[in-house]
Amino acid sequence: MSLLKVENIHKRFGDLEVLKGVSFEVEKGETKVIIGPSGTGKSTLLHCINQLTTPDDGRIFLDGVEVTGQHTNINKLRAQMGFVFQDFNLFAHLTAMENVRLGPVKVKKMPKKEATKLAIEVLGKVGLGDKANAYPAQLSGGQQQRVSIARALAMSPKLILFDEPTSALDPELIGDVLEVMIELAKEGMTMLVVSHEMGFARSVADEIIFMEHGVIVEQGPPEKLFTAPEHKRTGEFLHKITELYGETN
Amino acid sequence: MIATIISWLPALFRGLLITLEITSVCILIGIVLGIFIALGKLYGGRFVSLFCSAYVQFFRGTPLLVQLLMAYYGLPSWGIRLSPITCGMLALGLNTAAYQAEYFRGAIQSVKGGQMLAARSIGMSLPQAIRCVILPQALRLVIPSWSNELILMLKYSSIVYMVTVLDLMGEGMRIASHNFLYIQVFIVVAIIYLGIVFIINQLLHLLERRTRIPGLGGGTLN
Amino acid sequence: MDSGGGTFVFTRKGEAIDTVSVLWKSLPMLLRAVLINIELCLALLALGLIVGTIVALLQVYGNRTLRTLSFGYEWIFRSIPALVLLILFYFGSSQFGLEISSFVAATLALGFRSSAYQSQIFRGAIQSLPRGQMTAARSIGLSQFQAVTSIILPQAFRLAIPAWSNEFSSVVKDTTLAYAVGLNEILRHARYIIVQHYKLAMPTYLTVALIFLVLTYAGNGCLGLLEMGTRIPGLEGYKKSGAGRR
Repeated sequence: MSLLKVENIHKRFGDLEVLKGVSFEVEKGETKVIIGPSGTGKSTLLHCINQLTTPDDGRIFLDGVEVTGQHTNINKLRAQMGFVFQDFNLFAHLTAMENVRLGPVKVKKMPKKEATKLAIEVLGKVGLGDKANAYPAQLSGGQQQRVSIARALAMSPKLILFDEPTSALDPELIGDVLEVMIELAKEGMTMLVVSHEMGFARSVADEIIFMEHGVIVEQGPPEKLFTAPEHKRTGEFLHKITELYGETN
Repeated sequence: MIATIISWLPALFRGLLITLEITSVCILIGIVLGIFIALGKLYGGRFVSLFCSAYVQFFRGTPLLVQLLMAYYGLPSWGIRLSPITCGMLALGLNTAAYQAEYFRGAIQSVKGGQMLAARSIGMSLPQAIRCVILPQALRLVIPSWSNELILMLKYSSIVYMVTVLDLMGEGMRIASHNFLYIQVFIVVAIIYLGIVFIINQLLHLLERRTRIPGLGGGTLN
Repeated sequence: MDSGGGTFVFTRKGEAIDTVSVLWKSLPMLLRAVLINIELCLALLALGLIVGTIVALLQVYGNRTLRTLSFGYEWIFRSIPALVLLILFYFGSSQFGLEISSFVAATLALGFRSSAYQSQIFRGAIQSLPRGQMTAARSIGLSQFQAVTSIILPQAFRLAIPAWSNEFSSVVKDTTLAYAVGLNEILRHARYIIVQHYKLAMPTYLTVALIFLVLTYAGNGCLGLLEMGTRIPGLEGYKKSGAGRR
């Protein structure tokens, strides 16, 4: 059984149908990267999976439990899915350590002392052990994003959703964040990543999903998509994006 | 003259305590009620948010003195009898709640939307997210307007003398109506108000500095 | 009055009809009385506008002494409760042998108080204008006075309208405080009704409240129109502030 199963998701905002029936699965330990032009509903899809946006139609299962069900405890399910935002969304009034600790204490009811230890440990893992007492506004963008990855990790999630984690960062700060993500992938964390970083996608992803106009055009292993795509659009997009962002990062 | 003025001071001091008591109680009513009204307006259903808006409209659009007289003369005709000082606290409290609700609402709205998303994404419930993430930031933002409101209520609390409460203003009136030295008495009263306003202002500045979030400019979280 | 006492022995239904008819009959009186509040409001705003503008100019362009004095003035009139000022002006003047009416006393007390708040508004508006405006005005040979009257103030007043409209909301409600010095305004007339019909206190005050709701809305509406009418094409003004707190 796959860890995440997305079935025929539809979402419409007013007259605009952003998602027109998207289905795919993510296996445990797998890293999937969703690519595609902006405005094709990639972010909306991630928001739907975490129920931060409610889809109009379709079903989503995490580890066999329906996320979209009327009677599911969504907070409990969200605690099992990390979410890393494009613009970090660190809690501005809390230090890095407190940001990471908040979820375990408030949602998992972990004792504060234990949670503090965990938070410091996880911050160390993303290379920010020395920044535990800094407030978000005192950190660089790359550091903030790593704290927000730590915040997700501290919940020991079954899966982490990354919504363009590097696109709000200055080029020289992207490397640190990608490094942390590569490390996580190696350790077997299940990840679903929306990204424009083709180098990352190519080297880390087990599979790439190419989305356009609210539907999945093509999915498959990176080498196949990069070298012998089935659809003309996939090739065109990959060609354009590699020109824009470069082959590796 | 000095001796005369000194002879007024004990009474004026008693009055000042009443003034401070009324001000602090009404501000507390205002904070609690104001937060709930703001939350009701933002997160409540249609009916709740409509009710909260109407409340704010009414209490901000009509004179405070009229609201006080309603509590003092109006409520007894409905069979509700309150002591004059309670009337004062109630009217001032309900009034400031409407203004504070708007300050809180503005502050909550200026906390970035992503903060709520991030809180929900780690599995917090809506009340938890409001309590642990939104309010701590919004309350900091609201401190400057809240300070302003506190000083305003301190000054406006003087209207309770019109419903027979012997606050600082009331004690001043009582003394002056006996000796007809209105100017002298009320200059002393004015100086006491000036002093208290000054002290409270200093304390509030201290509070603002203490609660500032490192790395963020004063008062803004965006 | 015994006629008033007698009417209320009737059923709830009878009482309701009575309330409406008494209020309906006294409505013209309340509306005439609120004219006094409106007059007071206009008079004190005008005084506040003149004094407030002068104080703001002194605060921005004055020398050290004038600046200190004008800031002191602002602080004092903002920090003393309106009622204390009313009593000082009303009873104080008679202590000096000056017999001024409660209307004049209220205009002076509330007007000077408003001038302190208005000076803050105008100061903010003047300071928000780009520095180059003054420099450019002086560069074409205008004196400082001319630059202020023909370049700075016309722009500052436009910018100040939203905040000023807030001041209006605050001041129009505060005119009821003149009740304390015996001005023949709306609350005094409300009191006449209540003395005769004790049970009508709530509906009477609610009627007064309603009249003020209409007044604040109408006043703010007019000021909104003024703002639109005087807007400089292509320039954005201040953000609108909340109604009635300063």
